[in-house]
Amino acid sequence: MSAMSNSNFSRRSLLRATAGMAAAGTLAACGSNNGRGGSGGGSGTQLTQYFHAYGEAGTEQALKRYAAAYKKANVNTNWITGNNFESALFAALLTSKAPDVFEFHPQLQLVKSGQVADLTDLIDPVKSDFNPNDIKSHTVDGKIYGIRMIDDPQFFYYRKSMLEKAKVGVPTTLDELIEAAAKLTTNKVKGIFLGNDFSAIQNNIIWSAGADTISEKNEIAYHTDGVVEGLKKLRTLFASGNVLLDAPTDFWDPSALNQGLCAIQWGGMWSMPAMQQALGDDLGIFPFPKIGSAGKQSVYNGGWSIFVNAKGKNVDAAKEYVKWLWLDQTQYQEDWATSYGFHIPPRTSIANKATKLKSGLPAEGVKLFTDYGHFDNIAYDQTMQNAFSEVIASSVRKNGDPEKALDTCDKKVGVELKKLFG
Amino acid sequence: MSTTTTRGVAQPAPAKASQARPRRGLRGNATFNFWLFTGPFLIGLAIFVFVPIVWSIWLSFFDARYTVTPSHFIGFDNYKQILTNSEFPDSLVTFTVFAAFIVPTTWALSLGLALLVNRLRFMRAFFRSVFFLPTAVSYVAAALIWKMSIFSGVRFGLANTVIGWFGADTVAWVSNPTPPWYWLVIVTLRLWIQSGFYMILFLAALQNIPTELYEAAAIDGAKKGWQTFRYITLPQLRATSTAVVLLLLIAAYQAFDEFFNLIGQKATWAQTPLMVLYKSALGTSQDYGAGSAGAVVLSVLICLVTLVQGKFMGFGRGDESK
Repeated sequence: MSAMSNSNFSRRSLLRATAGMAAAGTLAACGSNNGRGGSGGGSGTQLTQYFHAYGEAGTEQALKRYAAAYKKANVNTNWITGNNFESALFAALLTSKAPDVFEFHPQLQLVKSGQVADLTDLIDPVKSDFNPNDIKSHTVDGKIYGIRMIDDPQFFYYRKSMLEKAKVGVPTTLDELIEAAAKLTTNKVKGIFLGNDFSAIQNNIIWSAGADTISEKNEIAYHTDGVVEGLKKLRTLFASGNVLLDAPTDFWDPSALNQGLCAIQWGGMWSMPAMQQALGDDLGIFPFPKIGSAGKQSVYNGGWSIFVNAKGKNVDAAKEYVKWLWLDQTQYQEDWATSYGFHIPPRTSIANKATKLKSGLPAEGVKLFTDYGHFDNIAYDQTMQNAFSEVIASSVRKNGDPEKALDTCDKKVGVELKKLFG
Repeated sequence: MSTTTTRGVAQPAPAKASQARPRRGLRGNATFNFWLFTGPFLIGLAIFVFVPIVWSIWLSFFDARYTVTPSHFIGFDNYKQILTNSEFPDSLVTFTVFAAFIVPTTWALSLGLALLVNRLRFMRAFFRSVFFLPTAVSYVAAALIWKMSIFSGVRFGLANTVIGWFGADTVAWVSNPTPPWYWLVIVTLRLWIQSGFYMILFLAALQNIPTELYEAAAIDGAKKGWQTFRYITLPQLRATSTAVVLLLLIAAYQAFDEFFNLIGQKATWAQTPLMVLYKSALGTSQDYGAGSAGAVVLSVLICLVTLVQGKFMGFGRGDESK
């Protein structure tokens, strides 16, 4: 008995020792995993950049090609697929593996929390070459916090042949748009596609009604009778059955129009090459129509900017890289703006050279951008935008009272404005 | 069987170990063994559960935006905001409605499937596997299939094709909340994924019911079908049913994946508590203070519900009285 238990025991102690070692090994691995990807040798600094996955073929390769051409640091590109780029980016920014360089939209909150570095001294020498609006939208208290890479106007695309067949003119008012959608709808094709949740046009409904998101004095400016009227009209459009909903792709993808699911689609300038390839000349564009008598047509000039993580480990190296790529290397900037999807280069010198944007439909797009475009307001931050997309949800997609929805939105935006400006 | 034998041999071991202590050093020490085996797990528990809970409570009293190491103390403002100026209270209602519907439905469906499969004379293993397979699918993948192919809003989506045969117009199943077809999408998805697993639990319980009971009932004149089911099968399944209802309730509490992927965050309806918290803390708002405040409120609620439930259902009481 004792012999048996003895042998049993030594076997168990062996097991115990092994388990202990395994546990210790796991913990040790945890400990050493905190460092950032090895020493990197003496070859130079290691930089990480975060980009959302652009839909156009070749964009990822292009970005990595630019990064590889930079000799002073080793730049590692994180290409974030899926539609949660913001979440991935912000979660990463809190960790020790935070990106040194990332693309995003200008957000006052990022500046206030000290997340993005001041890039004024980099931009100053070439400031006059930039579209003044792109400088303004990145400026807080006289300092410039980001470099605009591309401007992306968003407007309506339409199939000329379908409008001709239905004897519909290009709509200039929201009423005409609703009427056009009705006439264009057949049992195969829906009249219009505004994105699956309508949030793509949430700023345009404000601008087209002659209002603004928030005013120069940073007060609520969207709560007007015109906007209420627009919301009510948009509700009739949503409920009319002439709108394409639950499409497999969203507004930022050219597929809905290309595959003949709709006659008119809201989209970005970046989709233009793919649409032209699929539809040839059967393609036109127009701005978001005006709402009510005080309204005017509008285009949303979105886009992407590059920022330097001020809390990162290599702020200076990151600044140098950003200066090199997005200020000095003009041939890359032109390639990025015009070789894949179409984007408008924010720098006049590059825009002047961009022959692809000089004629035909791209030139019309540039004209809409200049004539009707509204740029981002750095103070109209994500929380406020989320609050307004709830207005769209509850009063356009759901049959709620727009006034009430706007009041709820006012409360949320009010809290946010108070936090930002006191 | 083998486990019991091993345990039987192992039981007297510590006494022997103390005899041999001088030779074996620390190895025989019961306290050391306790820490050796529970230590790694406790460290994990502390780092991944206790620290975040405490951190979250701490964050809920600060203005923590774009940071998890805030410095600006704001008292109960976050709680005020999450309870009065957000979708959080509505989301609790949404969740309750959802749970009140999905729990009994899944229970009934999986019991029904188990009864059917149990009666099969051949190909039982095949059907058991077929119904169980969806359990292996992730909610995210299933949500994408449901959204993009079955309940797509275009005319060639599966559901729209089917209703098209009867001359109906295309329906936007998810985007348009009136009528609330999105519940059909969510409920069918959840039923498809979940019922197979609970069917297996019921099946095991059904096979454990002694046949003598049915025979005795038959002799006493009980009719096959409803009568036997009501007075023999159902009471015999009570323990399993309680466990299934509890598991279903927990699963409903955790609802996130399919709601997030199907409904999205640009809506004001069908937002579960976790989605609202995700939106305020981890989404684009990055307000960890408000998110944490909501998480604390939710935790307190879950604690209360569990306590009340324990009182009524007596879950776990049996062990203590032994």
